Amino acid sequence: MSATTSIKEIKPPATNVGVIGWLRQHLFNGVFSSIATLLIFAFLIKVVPQFIQWAFIDSVWYTSGQECHAAEGACWSVITRNIRFNIFGYYPYHEQWRPLVAMILLIGMLVYSRDWNRWNRKLGYAWFIGLFVMGLLMKGGLFGLIAVESTKWSGLPLTLLLSFFGILASYPLGVVLALGRQSTMPVIKSLSVVYIEMIRGVPLITMLFMSSVMFPLFLPEGVTIDKVLRAQAAIILFTAAYIAEVVRGGLQAMDRGQYEAAESLGLNYFQMMRLIILPQALKIVIPPTVGILISAFKDTSLVVIIALYDILNTTKSILTEPEWTGFSTEAYIFIAMVYYLCCFSMSQYSRRIEKQLEYKNTSPQSNS
Amino acid sequence: MATKNDNAGKTRFWNDQKTRAVLYQIFTAAAVAFLAYYLISNVQNNMAKQSIASGFGFIGKEAAFEIGESVIDYSAADSYGRALVVGVLNTLKVSVTGMILTTILGTLVGVATLSKNWLLSRLATVYVETFQNIPVLLQLFFFYALFYETFPGPRQALNPFTGVFITNRGIDFAVPAAHPAWAYAGLAVLAALVIIYLLKRWSVRRQEKTGRQFPMFWAGLGIFVGLPFLVWLTSGAPTQMNIPELKGFNFSGGKNISPEFSALLFGLVLYTASFIAQIVRAGIQSISHGQTEAAMSIGLKPGQVLKLVIFPQALRVIVPPLTSQLLNLTKNSSLAVAIGYPDFVQVAGTTINQTGQAVEGVALMMLVYLTISLVTSAYMNWYNKKIAIIER
Repeated sequence: MSATTSIKEIKPPATNVGVIGWLRQHLFNGVFSSIATLLIFAFLIKVVPQFIQWAFIDSVWYTSGQECHAAEGACWSVITRNIRFNIFGYYPYHEQWRPLVAMILLIGMLVYSRDWNRWNRKLGYAWFIGLFVMGLLMKGGLFGLIAVESTKWSGLPLTLLLSFFGILASYPLGVVLALGRQSTMPVIKSLSVVYIEMIRGVPLITMLFMSSVMFPLFLPEGVTIDKVLRAQAAIILFTAAYIAEVVRGGLQAMDRGQYEAAESLGLNYFQMMRLIILPQALKIVIPPTVGILISAFKDTSLVVIIALYDILNTTKSILTEPEWTGFSTEAYIFIAMVYYLCCFSMSQYSRRIEKQLEYKNTSPQSNS
Repeated sequence: MATKNDNAGKTRFWNDQKTRAVLYQIFTAAAVAFLAYYLISNVQNNMAKQSIASGFGFIGKEAAFEIGESVIDYSAADSYGRALVVGVLNTLKVSVTGMILTTILGTLVGVATLSKNWLLSRLATVYVETFQNIPVLLQLFFFYALFYETFPGPRQALNPFTGVFITNRGIDFAVPAAHPAWAYAGLAVLAALVIIYLLKRWSVRRQEKTGRQFPMFWAGLGIFVGLPFLVWLTSGAPTQMNIPELKGFNFSGGKNISPEFSALLFGLVLYTASFIAQIVRAGIQSISHGQTEAAMSIGLKPGQVLKLVIFPQALRVIVPPLTSQLLNLTKNSSLAVAIGYPDFVQVAGTTINQTGQAVEGVALMMLVYLTISLVTSAYMNWYNKKIAIIER
C-alpha cells in the first residue's frame, strides 16, 4: 500500500495522448506517412474550397438556362428545371403520378422484404398483387387509366423496371444453369457450360446489339416484340450466366455429406435440391449474388446504346437542348448520386447479411 | 453386380435412373436442336424476304467509311476486313493500356486503404466506394464531357507541365524528335531485360548453392537504366524534342491523344481500379498476422517480409478475381461506342448498318471478345498455376 501511494502516478507524455497523440499516431507516423499527409493536405486545400465555391456559393438553383450561362458557378437549374423529364422521360406529363406511385410501391416492398424472417406465403401473395398493381399503373387501360405504350416508358421507372425484372427472372434461370453445369448427364452439362462461358466471354453490348438488330430476324414474319422487352430479355439472359457461376460456387461449397444424407433418406433429385441443397447453398452465396445484382443494376445504363430512354439517356437528351448545353458536369453529378444511393444501399445490405451469416457460422451448432 | 442386374430387371424401364437420364438428354438435345432449326429457318426466310446477302463475302468489299483513329494505315477505300482489323487493334490498344494502368493504380490504392495513415486510408476508401457504385458508362460520359465542354480550345490550352497541353481536342505532349538513337535505345531496353533475366537465374542458383546473396535489385536497376542510356549516348545523344506548337486553330507536332481515347482510358482505369483495390486489400488481409511476425522473427527486413512472405501468398488469393476484373475491363471497353472511340464494336456496328448483315456482324463481335477472353484467362490460369502452392 505504502509503495503505491509514495510513487507518483506518471501520466503519459502529452505528445502521446489527446489530439497531438492521435495526430502523431495516425497522420505523422514515419517519414513517408508525414509526406503523404502534407501532400494530401495541400491537394485538399487547393481543391475543396474551389469546389465549394463552384457548387454552393456561386451556384444557381432555380433559373433559366440563359441566366445559368451568365452565372459563375454550378448550374443546378439544369436538374431542378427538368426534374420531371429527367425522372419520367416521355411518359405523358399528366399521368406521371402513376410511375411515381409504382416506384414508391416497389421500393417500399423491397425495403419491407429485406429481412428474410418476414418471407412467408402472405408476403408472396402481397408481391403478386403489388406487381400486378405496378403493371396496371404503368400500362393503364383498365379502371379508367389511360393506356400508355411501353415505348413511352422512360427515365427512372425504366431503369428500375429493367433491373428489377432482369434480376427477378435471371435468378431462377441462373439456378437451373448452375444445376445443369453440376449435372452428371453429359449433354445437359455441356450445353450449360457452353451457354455460361459464351455469355460470360462477351460484353453486354453485344447481347443488346443482338436484341436490337438480330432478334427481329429470328422471329417469324409478322411477329414483332417491342424494344423494351427485347432489351429486357437480353439483360435476363446475360445476368443469368453470372448468377449461375455464383450459385455453382455455393453448390460446390456444400458438404458431400449433405447430398449423401438426402439420398439415403430416399429423396429424389428434385426433392433433394429443393429441400436440402438449394436452401443452404443459396443462403451462403447471398453476398456475391447481391454483388451481381448491383452490377446488373449499373449495367441497365447500357441500354442508352440501343436508344432506350433510361435515366441516363433522358439526362443526355436534356443536355442536347440548346438552353442546357454545357452543364453536363452538374447533370451527371446528380445522376451519379442517384445511382450511388441505390448501389450503396444494396452493398450495405449485402454487408449486413454477410455479418449475420458469419455470426451463424461461428456458432457452435454449425458444422465445419 | 448380379443383384444390381436383377433389380434393373424388376423395375419398369421408365423408373430406371439410367434410362431416365438418357431420355432427359435426348429430350433436351431435341428441344435445343428444334429451337436452333426454327430460328435459323426464320432468319433465312426473313433475309430472303428483305434480300439481305448472307455469308462473309462483304469482308472483301470496299468499306467506304472513315475511322477516326487507327494504329495501322486505313482509308475509306480499304475493305471491310481491314476496317474490322483496325477496330480490333483499337480495342486491344485501349484494353492493354488500361489493364496495365489499372493493375498499378488498383494495387497502390488497395495498399493505401490498409495504410496506417488515417487520411490516406480514408481517401482511398472514399475513392473505392464512390467509383464502384457509379455505372462505368456514366463515368465515360462524364470524362468525355469534361473534354469537350470544360477544357478550353487550343488557344487557351491548359499547360500543367512543360510540353503537355490539355485542350478540347485531347492531350498533346512532346515526344523526342525522330532519330535512330531512340530505336537503338529501345532495343537496348529489350536486351537489358534479357540480361536481367539471365542474371536473376544465375544469382538464385548461386544463392541456393553457396548461400551468398547478390544485390539483384540494384544490379537490375543499373542495367535497366544504364544500358539504354549508354547506347543512346554512343549513338549521338540526340536531345531535340518534337514539341507541340499552336499553328492556326490546332496544335501540330508532338503526339496527340484523342479526347475519346483519353476519356475511355480514364473511365475504364478509374472504375476497374476501384474493384482491384478491394481485391488487393482482401488478399493482403487474408494473410494471417502470424506470418508477418514469424518472418520478422527470423530476421527479415520489412521490405523482405512483404516481398518474400506476404506477397507470394496474397497473390494466390488475388490472381483469380483480378483476372475476371481485367476481363471486365476488356469487355467494358466496348462502351467506347457510346463516346465515339472507334473500337471493334463501333466498326462492326457501322458494318452491320451498311450491309444489313446483322447475324454475321454480331457473330464476329462475339468471336473477337470470346477470343480475347479465352486468351487472357488461359494466360492468367497459367500464371495462377505457376504461383500456386506446391503441396507435398
